[in-house]
Amino acid sequence: MNDYLVQAENLHKHFGETRAVNGVDLNIKSGEIYGLVGSDGAGKTTTLRLLVGALLPNEGSVDICGYDVLKQTEQARSAVGYLSQRFSMYEDLTVLENIRFFAEVRGLSSSEWLPRSMEILDFVGLGKFKDRRAGQLSGGMKQKLGLASALVTRPRLLLLDEPTTGVDPVTRQDFWQLVIRLVSHREADTQVDKYTGKQDDTSITQTENALRTTHHAPITNYQSPITPGVSVIISTPYMDEASRCHRVGFMKNGKIIAEDTPSNLRARLNGRILELRGSPLNLLRHVAYEDAEVEDVQAFGDRLHIRVREGKAQEVIHRLMSGIGSEGGHVDELRVVPPALEDVFIALSEDKNHSIVS
Amino acid sequence: MRSRLFSIIRKEFIQIIRDPRTLVLIILMPIMQLFLLGYAATSDVKNISMAVWDQNRSPQSRALLDAFRVANYFSIDYPVYSEQEYRQLIESGKIRAALIIPPDYDLRLLEGKAQVSLVLDGSDATVGGTALSVAKLIGQSYATRILAEQSALTGRPLSTTPPLDVRTQVWYNPDLNAAYFNVPGVIGMILYFITALLTASAIVRERERGTIEQLIVTPIRSWELVVGKILPYAILAFIDTLEILVIGHWWFKVPVRGDIGLIFALSGLFVISSLGIGLFASTIANTQQEAFITVMVTMLPTIFLSGFFFPIAAMPVFLQYVSAIVPLRYFLVIIRALLLKGVGAAALQNEIIALTIFAVVIMGAAAARFKKRLD
Repeated sequence: MNDYLVQAENLHKHFGETRAVNGVDLNIKSGEIYGLVGSDGAGKTTTLRLLVGALLPNEGSVDICGYDVLKQTEQARSAVGYLSQRFSMYEDLTVLENIRFFAEVRGLSSSEWLPRSMEILDFVGLGKFKDRRAGQLSGGMKQKLGLASALVTRPRLLLLDEPTTGVDPVTRQDFWQLVIRLVSHREADTQVDKYTGKQDDTSITQTENALRTTHHAPITNYQSPITPGVSVIISTPYMDEASRCHRVGFMKNGKIIAEDTPSNLRARLNGRILELRGSPLNLLRHVAYEDAEVEDVQAFGDRLHIRVREGKAQEVIHRLMSGIGSEGGHVDELRVVPPALEDVFIALSEDKNHSIVS
Repeated sequence: MRSRLFSIIRKEFIQIIRDPRTLVLIILMPIMQLFLLGYAATSDVKNISMAVWDQNRSPQSRALLDAFRVANYFSIDYPVYSEQEYRQLIESGKIRAALIIPPDYDLRLLEGKAQVSLVLDGSDATVGGTALSVAKLIGQSYATRILAEQSALTGRPLSTTPPLDVRTQVWYNPDLNAAYFNVPGVIGMILYFITALLTASAIVRERERGTIEQLIVTPIRSWELVVGKILPYAILAFIDTLEILVIGHWWFKVPVRGDIGLIFALSGLFVISSLGIGLFASTIANTQQEAFITVMVTMLPTIFLSGFFFPIAAMPVFLQYVSAIVPLRYFLVIIRALLLKGVGAAALQNEIIALTIFAVVIMGAAAARFKKRLD
């Protein structure tokens, strides 16, 4: 064993001519939330499927908790909870029947699955919907059911494939609270407090509110439904979600072309993002594009984010101020701002720019 | 491990029960097919509309007509007086047969050389064919009776040449009851349909709805998944077999002369081969619709080449060879023999061997193709 819960080396997966995954290395520590981001078709889903052994790699190896996914598949899988991008519970079974089925086929005995399922359903806030058909759940609730099902065997690693795509912002927030509670020891402890009646002071999510009012019978000998130190690998198209991860890997053409903490990733563009407010927006954008030192212009509502070449920020600001004025435009504000993750990913997505790739 | 299998089976049953369309299909389809084939699609020649041109109008000719009448196969609806008349009736479809009694019928009968002619509408070959043999039979039995009466009157011995030479003989189903023939066929069709089609779509459904992705990451083994998905439909197929046997026996009075244990054992053998086809189809198809089409592609040869409707011996030689790979062909021989003739396994060993080979090959091929992975 080593420090890493997940070790993937040189993963390759080809579908005919398409190299969906083309040399991916991953090292995930215990208790880490790792975000896999990238545009559609970058290879995120294929990578996750390779990690869980749902696909066989053409090359490379995956170790999970010290088990080789290819050779000791079942031992490795017993440590993994996997939530696929597509809803993959049975729509004609109820919430509890789904949990039961997946718990039983993963080897939980009949005396184990029920109390544990109820704990987890309460944890994700589906306790009172346990008898509802999965097909009649809202999108967010379906994802929570998938999460609950993935959690029922107390996995040490959770693989979540775009779990919040198509889910409303409130539920997304909710879902993330669950994920964050999964990986943190302290939060798991406060869960214990809650069931023993002591209030904790953590942020109270909607879920927890629902939980408190619906949970009547306290479970004795309560253990946290979650093994402490769970690691999570989550793929997401949302930058706000990426910024919640401990580390982020940016995938492009089947490779991870940049991997770092969100703040370090942002730091790669320090001093190179200008924010411009003024009018008319079309003119501002046009003038900015014309500047030789400007790499990219993106509209963020009533503002423009302008990415400039390394060390050229002041130069560009001067040129734009005069340029826009002479074209008849008006500048309210033009300044260097701290880069957002979105700026970094847009920069990474462009072929021409390799300066910030590690 | 056993509990994993049990969990899959229980899950499958919950899904079957919650899917009313499938459930209705499973329960009502055998009944529908039975009544359709037992009644509507009957090739029985009951009450065939017939015209009679009695040119003799003697007590003897009326006695012959009575013989036709009581047999219930023909209904004498039109007395006619010319060829033109019955020709028009046949052409307009009002009658399917015409019986022509010559003017000298009574005299000829005394000489033992009587001839009547029966004109049959051959456009429906099945009805025509059976009507022909039935008419011959009636004629023959009537002639024998006349002969007996004459010999009683004259004191001559009975062993003179029969006035009619009839070669048709009907065994096991002397009434030519279509249900006798069709009910065993329906058992075969239903077993095939339920097991092949429902198994294929039940397995493909996991892929189509994406649930396979969750199944893959569980410790379920491929064979457990296959057996767990198949077994519920095998059980339903047996319930259907029982349903058809019960209705067939008590409603259509189809005899069950063979050993019940043997009937179910050999049905089981046939079910395995059908399941193999369903499983194989599921490895080809990606959606339930594709699975349905794949199974349907096998349905037509199964129906037409198995001897379900048309006797294999009457097919072109090429198609007879093709029919050798249609498992229903062997099962139809088996189930018809078991129900109607009451034979034992020894009499059916060729069919049993053929079916066993088919089951092993198709199951092996399907299992080799079936993978519990995404790619």
